[in-house]
This record gives sequence, C-alpha cells and structure tokens, in this order.
Amino acid sequence: MSSTVDKAWATLEQLTDPEIPVVTLRELGILRDVRETAEGIEVVITPTYSGCPAMGQIEDDVRASLERAGIAARVVTRLAPAWTTDWMSDEAKEKLREYGIAPPHHTPKDVSVVKFVRRAAPAEPVACPLCGSTHTVVTSQFGSTACKALYKCLHCQEPFDYFKPY
Amino acid sequence: MKAPVEYLLHLADNAVVLGQRDAEWCGHGPILEEDLALANVSLDLIGQARLLYQLAATRMGGDATEDRLAYFRGDTEFRNYTLLELPNHGALVGYAAADRDYATTIVRNFLYGALMVLLWEALEKSADADLAAIAAKSLKEARYHLHHAADWVVRFGDGTDESHARAQAALDHLFPYTEEFWTPSAAEDAAVASGAAVDLRTLRAAWDALVADTLAEATLVRPQVRGYVPEGKHGRHSEHLGYLLGEMQGLARAHPGATW
Repeated sequence: MSSTVDKAWATLEQLTDPEIPVVTLRELGILRDVRETAEGIEVVITPTYSGCPAMGQIEDDVRASLERAGIAARVVTRLAPAWTTDWMSDEAKEKLREYGIAPPHHTPKDVSVVKFVRRAAPAEPVACPLCGSTHTVVTSQFGSTACKALYKCLHCQEPFDYFKPY
Repeated sequence: MKAPVEYLLHLADNAVVLGQRDAEWCGHGPILEEDLALANVSLDLIGQARLLYQLAATRMGGDATEDRLAYFRGDTEFRNYTLLELPNHGALVGYAAADRDYATTIVRNFLYGALMVLLWEALEKSADADLAAIAAKSLKEARYHLHHAADWVVRFGDGTDESHARAQAALDHLFPYTEEFWTPSAAEDAAVASGAAVDLRTLRAAWDALVADTLAEATLVRPQVRGYVPEGKHGRHSEHLGYLLGEMQGLARAHPGATW
C-alpha cells in the first residue's frame, strides 16, 4: 500500500501552480500530505489566500491527475495550520526569482498589530528579480493576484511582482 | 467549545457585505492599481465569508449550504454591521444616483480593518478550533487590507485640500457607525461565554490607538460621537442593505441551483 502513497506523491509532483507554472504544489506548500487511511488514500491540500480563485482549479487538477494515474483517493482541504509562504523551499524561491517574481521574505515574527501598521516603520528592501537592485519601491500593495504586490525597480526601471509574505 | 451559529453568521455577513461593496469598484477604480487592489480585498473577504458560511452550514445541518446562507436570507436576517452596508458615497437615500467616492470606501475599510486585525488576532486563540483556524488565515489577509487602507487615509488626509476635505467628510459620516462595535449583541455575549470569542470592549483601547496613530499622520480629526448606536448586527438595518442584497442575490434567486 505504501507504494500507492509513493506513486501518488510522484504523480502529484508533476502538478504546478496554475498561475505560477514554475513551482509545484508541493514546493508552494499547498500539497500537505498523502497518507493511507482506513478508507483509502487521502490527499491533503491547504488553501493559500481565503479567496484565491486558483484553489478550485488546483483541487480539480489534483483529482484529474490522480484519476489519470489510476489512483483512487480522496482530496481533503485542511485550514490549520494556516498556509504560510515560510513553507516555500529556498529552491522554490529561486525558481520564482528566475521566473521574474521576487520571492517572499520570511514572515515577521511577533509583530504587534500596531507596529505592523505604522507607515514610518522601515520595510525590508525587496530586491529586483531582474537586476538584483534593492533600490525598489512599492507601486501597489496588491498586484496581479491576491498573493502578490506590485513593485518598480528604480535602478533598471522595470516593474515586477513581489510574492508577499503571508 | 463551539461558537454559536448566530455569531459565525455575524462574522460571515460582515465579510460578504463589505466584499460586495468593495467589489462595486471592479472596473471603475480611480486608477488601475486600485481597481486591482479593491478586487483583491473583495476576493479575500468573500473567501473569508465562504469559510464561515461553510462552517455555519455544517453546524446547522439540514439543507443549509453556504449559498443558501448568502443568497437566500432576507435583509432582516443579515447580522452585519450597518457601517458595512452603506453605499460608497455620502449620506443619500438608497435609490439615489451618485458618483462613488473613493475616500468613503477607504475610510470604511480602514475603520473596519483596524477592528478586524485585532479581532482575528484574538480569535486565533478561540476555544472553537474551526473558528481559530479561519481566524489565523483571515488575520494575514486583514493585515494587508488595513495596511492598504491606512496608507490611502494618510495620502488623502495629508494630500491636497480636496482629498483632505473628502477624507474628513467620509470620516465624519462613517465614524458614528463604529459605535456598533462596542455594544455586544446576544450572539456575541453567547460566543464570549462559550470561550469561542472575546469581548470586543477589551480591544477598544487598542483600536483607538491604531486609529489615532493613522489619523494623526493623516492630519484628520476624529469626530465627536454621541448617542446613536446602529443595530445592524441585530438585523435592524439601514435602507441600503436591501438594495445591496437585491443586486448580490438577484442572479441566485432568479435561477436557483444554477451551475455553470
């Protein structure tokens, strides 16, 4: 039976994020677990942003790819612990950078709400994924998707997406 | 201990109603970046509402579903704050035609966002594990919402004479509605008693500080508030909620059970 679990992992390893096709669901931390239960194989996924429209697509992709591989499995969604960008491997972050998206910093620990909101608080610089310069500026807190912010590099003048720490 | 369903619906209705209001800017944002920003905020809010409605529906059992709760309850059954159903412009009757005012939208998102970062943070420790899980997710999103709104409050307030005047007018109009935050409903009292929620009055000082901080930087003046306490969370709403639900629920009610 454990070979079925291995086979499921291998099958799902092919699946990438619908909007960021260079990283796999496992690398992003969306695919949490494949395990054997009394009722058969169970695949555990966790949503990123609550309203991320890609989640439905991701669940469909998971089901379809398991079906194609002839693996009978249940897909369950788990909310806790909440997904965090800290689960992304360094390798996945490097892939994001190569793809042109600045990877997320580590999420700040123990930030009090009040401190977070203060505008005067110095922000950690985000390096431009194209030229590496940290001379960058936020254009908008919200970019092309809920998980990204829009930045501009003042050095090479290119706009780019920043994957927000979550 | 499980949070009472009425309390979950209060949280869900807040999220869905503000999500609907913010979504009115979709395709009409003052600049492209803000169009995207508001659409993203709405997506988060509607996503949060779905998680809460799903949880409420599971606990209600029977034929309850997230769609039934969102689309097939009438205005007096909604438990959202009155603040969140008001139109994206100043005080006018419900059927008035008026331009959307971005300052009104931003100030509302700011006042509510400041509450929600504090509330979600507290609910992360809820005795109701399902609610705590939703809170942990929502807090991360609420932080970005507040960050976005506070940033614009400062730009407007400390901006041009026109943007300052509009931001102050929005604040004067909306601030009295925040009194509803601090007067608990029976559902909130029951949630607190069960250990699933916290008494919002214990968060008031922190909220005051958050708001004061940004208003000071924005050179805006916190209006004096006295007397009136809205009762949206008791199901007694302004005339505006009916119009909002008319638009939000129209499709689902015209074609019940439709899928595509």
